[in-house]
Amino acid sequence: MTDTPAAARPRPATGLLDRARRSPVLWAVAALGVLLLFNAVANPGFFSLRIQDGHLFGNLVNVVKNVAPVLLIAVGMTLVIATRGIDLSVGAVLAISGSVAFTIVEGAADPSSGATAALAIGVAVAAGLVLGAWNGFLVSVVGIQPIIATLVLMTAGRGIAMLVTDGNIVTAENPVFDWLGGGFLLGLPVQVVITALVLLAVGVFTRRTALGVLIEAVGVNPAAARLAGVRARSITFTVYVFVALVAAVAGLMVTANVSAADANRAGLFIELDAILAVVIGGTSLAGGRYSLTGTVVGALILQTLTTTVLTMGLPDEYIRLFKAVVIIMVFLLQAPRVRAALRRRRRPGAAAPAGTAGSPATPGPVPPEPVRPPVPVPGTVPGRSAEQGVLR
Amino acid sequence: MTVSDTRPPEAPDRPATPAAASRPGWQGAVRRWLRSTSTGSSTVSVLMTGVLLVVLFGAGSVRYENFGYPQVALNLLVDNAYLIVLAVGMTFVILTGGIDLSSGAVVALGTVMAASLLQAGWPAPLVIAAVLATGSLLGWLMGLAIHGLQLQPFIVTLAGMFLARGICFAISGPSIPIQDDLFTAVAINVVELPGGTFLSYGAVLALVVVALAAYVLHRTRFGRTVYAIGGSESSAALMGLAVGRTKVGVYVISGFCSALGGLLFSVYILSGWSLHGIGLELDAIAAVVIGGTLLVGGRGLVVGSLLGVLVLGTIKALIDFDGGLNSWWTKITIGVLLLVFVVLQRLTSRRAGTAS
Repeated sequence: MTDTPAAARPRPATGLLDRARRSPVLWAVAALGVLLLFNAVANPGFFSLRIQDGHLFGNLVNVVKNVAPVLLIAVGMTLVIATRGIDLSVGAVLAISGSVAFTIVEGAADPSSGATAALAIGVAVAAGLVLGAWNGFLVSVVGIQPIIATLVLMTAGRGIAMLVTDGNIVTAENPVFDWLGGGFLLGLPVQVVITALVLLAVGVFTRRTALGVLIEAVGVNPAAARLAGVRARSITFTVYVFVALVAAVAGLMVTANVSAADANRAGLFIELDAILAVVIGGTSLAGGRYSLTGTVVGALILQTLTTTVLTMGLPDEYIRLFKAVVIIMVFLLQAPRVRAALRRRRRPGAAAPAGTAGSPATPGPVPPEPVRPPVPVPGTVPGRSAEQGVLR
Repeated sequence: MTVSDTRPPEAPDRPATPAAASRPGWQGAVRRWLRSTSTGSSTVSVLMTGVLLVVLFGAGSVRYENFGYPQVALNLLVDNAYLIVLAVGMTFVILTGGIDLSSGAVVALGTVMAASLLQAGWPAPLVIAAVLATGSLLGWLMGLAIHGLQLQPFIVTLAGMFLARGICFAISGPSIPIQDDLFTAVAINVVELPGGTFLSYGAVLALVVVALAAYVLHRTRFGRTVYAIGGSESSAALMGLAVGRTKVGVYVISGFCSALGGLLFSVYILSGWSLHGIGLELDAIAAVVIGGTLLVGGRGLVVGSLLGVLVLGTIKALIDFDGGLNSWWTKITIGVLLLVFVVLQRLTSRRAGTAS
């Protein structure tokens, strides 16, 4: 045990490398890199940015702007998935939020006033909170499986949205919504700024406080988390409220983009895109571990794919096929068994230098495995694999 | 057979049984009868769905004067034949604790393939075989990914859904009409039944599929393994059951049923379009849940799924008959119904969990 501090020092470097290689985020980043490289070769104008009237324009800006609603929802979805849940109703919540907002604006005495917009946004967001609370209640209090609990609202939600709009596509003009749809803040599209702020806030709240760990604890084992003193029920409830809230905000964005609320088609399949973004980013649907960075990369991959297909002049119809193929490839690369097989093939080369670097002083039959930070644990390290399993 | 045979023959000191069975009157008799059936508590759920169906249909007959005819009831089968077939496939998957989100997209793929191949001059039987083979192949691939790579069914079938829709769009964006003789003949001709009523060939086929599925689930080794996997996959594997083969097989069945549903849909609607059947997988899941199958797997009957589809069909028919209600009430009603059944499932399974 005396030589462990010395031996532990080179360990973090290999551990980090090992972790990076094993990290699913890396694959996602690599995929995004390949995509961007492909674009750089196939379409040299892809990366050009220009500043006009103090606003940034270019393909990349378009990608980032178009990804905003999906990414916003995906951030909320990441937290839900981290608790081993899923929310299928975000598309419906998005449609309801947009429908509510535009119905209010259209029916107001003064449709173009700021007060009307404030009221519309307030009511739409409140509607999102109520719907989220409903989902959260079903999942955390009643104890229904998340897929099914949210399936209820997914099925009924579009009906509710059509009830709100009376089956029509509601169009309205309001300067606040115009600004939300096409305005700029600090030279960037408003939607991008909003999304970035939400992302930042979530990142700070979950990674700089214990909240993130608590969420992961709930995802690993809700019962154990509860016994350890984590308020699993309130955390689960809160993440569903949060994802509905961001879905409502995304609904305002999507509706403002086209200045029309379409109860039937607004946000159709956006729940799938959001889930895909989360999964491509390396967050496991089994819960317990999440990566916000991965989610951002995943959402960017999806949107870059669409933009790539469009800028290459391929017909619109091929986007889905193209997307499907890329997504399947990413899934396959992330599959534990495939990754294990890839690692095994690489292991003979990688393991040898790590072994020699890790224990130069002990050439005996001691394996390089039991090297760990000096924790005051009596005896040897019998619980290593179990501990790893929990931390993982 | 492996599941029930390994169990000791009715231990006499089980605490719950005597109390429940010794209850006086008809309740005790019903309980005894339910226990004596091989399907046990699943039968209760299915009976509940059946009662709901009768109540809904009865309410319609009282409220609307033309509702209470036998042909209206048979039309439920005729109009929902494809959904019945889809729900049967979904039942297999859900019984193992999985889910298949690709079925709606495979239906669309079936219609598009059928329409475009017929347009290209292929003979109808060959087209049918090709569509069924494609659906099964897709299901097989998804099953391999789920079992072999240990990916989640949800995500694999989601990718399958994208793939199927993508292939649809690549084959043809716009809708293609079907003018083939065999398809139109099947669409137009009906099976005459006594009393001046009729069923379409599609509906008859759907009923045959239900009967076959019930046979497979309850009378074959494969069916028993399906239930065993749904109960506990690791236990099933430890018992030496063919878990892998069965899991893959379940997705093949679902893919096949989806393709068959696609063929029935293309006969019903006589066109192939890549946007057919959006959200159909959700209808199928809803029907299976309303039919009393547990979403965690292991418990449920295929007859329940049939009744579930009929309940959905009755709601649609009621809203059609009313005329004053808008179509979006269909969605809201189905959502509410789904909620009621899911909460009921949850309550009953919680009670069963605390009792044991």
